[in-house]
Amino acid sequence: MGDSSGNFNRDVIKENLNQDGVDRRGFLKCMAWAGTGTLCLIQGGVLKSFALSDVTSRGVAAAKGELSFVQISDSHIGFDKAANPDVTATLDAAIAKINALETPPEFVLHTGDLSHLSKPSEFDTLDQKLKALRTDRIHYVPGEHDVLNDNGEQFRERYGKGSKGDGWYSFDQKGVHFIGLVNVMNLKAGGLGSLGKNQLEFIEDDVKHLKSSTPIVVFAHIPLWSVYPEWGWGTDDGAQALGYLKRFGSVSVLNGHIHQVMQKVEGNVTFHTAMSTAFPQPQPGTAPSPGPMKVPAEKLRGLLGVTDVNFVRGKQTLAVVDSTLAA
Amino acid sequence: MRKTILLAVVCAALAGGLAWAAVSRGHVFARRSNANAIEVKIDNYSFAPGDLTVKAGTTVSWVNHDDVPHTVKANDGSFKSKALDTDDKFTMTFDKPGVYEYYCSVHPRMTAKIVVK
Repeated sequence: MGDSSGNFNRDVIKENLNQDGVDRRGFLKCMAWAGTGTLCLIQGGVLKSFALSDVTSRGVAAAKGELSFVQISDSHIGFDKAANPDVTATLDAAIAKINALETPPEFVLHTGDLSHLSKPSEFDTLDQKLKALRTDRIHYVPGEHDVLNDNGEQFRERYGKGSKGDGWYSFDQKGVHFIGLVNVMNLKAGGLGSLGKNQLEFIEDDVKHLKSSTPIVVFAHIPLWSVYPEWGWGTDDGAQALGYLKRFGSVSVLNGHIHQVMQKVEGNVTFHTAMSTAFPQPQPGTAPSPGPMKVPAEKLRGLLGVTDVNFVRGKQTLAVVDSTLAA
Repeated sequence: MRKTILLAVVCAALAGGLAWAAVSRGHVFARRSNANAIEVKIDNYSFAPGDLTVKAGTTVSWVNHDDVPHTVKANDGSFKSKALDTDDKFTMTFDKPGVYEYYCSVHPRMTAKIVVK
């Protein structure tokens, strides 16, 4: 990392530490430097951001929790256009990155768009590749590219064993409650991502028995918050879903779909989107469309990456580290 | 023997007739498609033209020029294409007058309509 970007990072840290949340300017800056690797620590609803290079000196490494997992997203196996002609190679790089983590993740979340065109051969390739992951298991939710011609039947058959409805489910791990949602089906003309009535009822029912102190992690493909509706980056009934989670002290929402890191804190809820392992997409409004963004070959891996998440009990703390595939 | 020859003659006549019919139908179809065929481009996550008025009997083709798949789906579900990969084409002939609103079911912000007169 050069001097100038180092100064830039410190500038951003100051701004974030002194505020209750992250304003638009703040998080756009955060996005800009996310490519160099960031750690975002959430304590009591306040997002604190550090550059990875600062982590040790600030003692943040001590925040390593008892639950650690990794999020990957948007592998788009089958995509072969200019923005990345070799998406399996970058997926391999992402897997290597995860396998090199000091603490192996207890599980991996894939937040959708495993495939580009829902082809069986694409899912086969992904499965073959992910066998190399050093982790116990992988949890999936579908992206719109995974349910193209069959309303997600194939996806559920492969990845949704034991799930309900269109493929939603929940599970508990070390006292943290995880909810996997599907917001890429039955999309209405002019609308955004959609959960639908049945899934909303599932969420309401699913959290009823939980204590308000239970940390909740919600993961779904399309952002549940309104990132940029003009490009379809949001979920029509996302706010309703989050309404059922109001009484919980710590809610983290992990999404993919937009192929870049963005984060926001709103009350008790922290929103985070992950990078893709395949190709980057433009920042909101900076291009005529959200289509795959072609960057010089040497810059590509700096815009792809994985997300490492650590939970520390008692501190209501979820430490989110985005790191790119750049060497 | 005579029976066989007769059958052969009848077959030849039938085949000739069918061939003639096929040629003339092809001719009519070709003339129609030249006059009444329109292409809608799918580019940069939008349909162009997005608001199209055509005569009844017009054949509309959608061609995807994006690097991501799109679909063409009627808002009322009356027609739907498969996912169209880059350069894939979907074709529909609109025989009945009316307003046909449609969208991309993968990216539902992409909406458009065809008015058939």
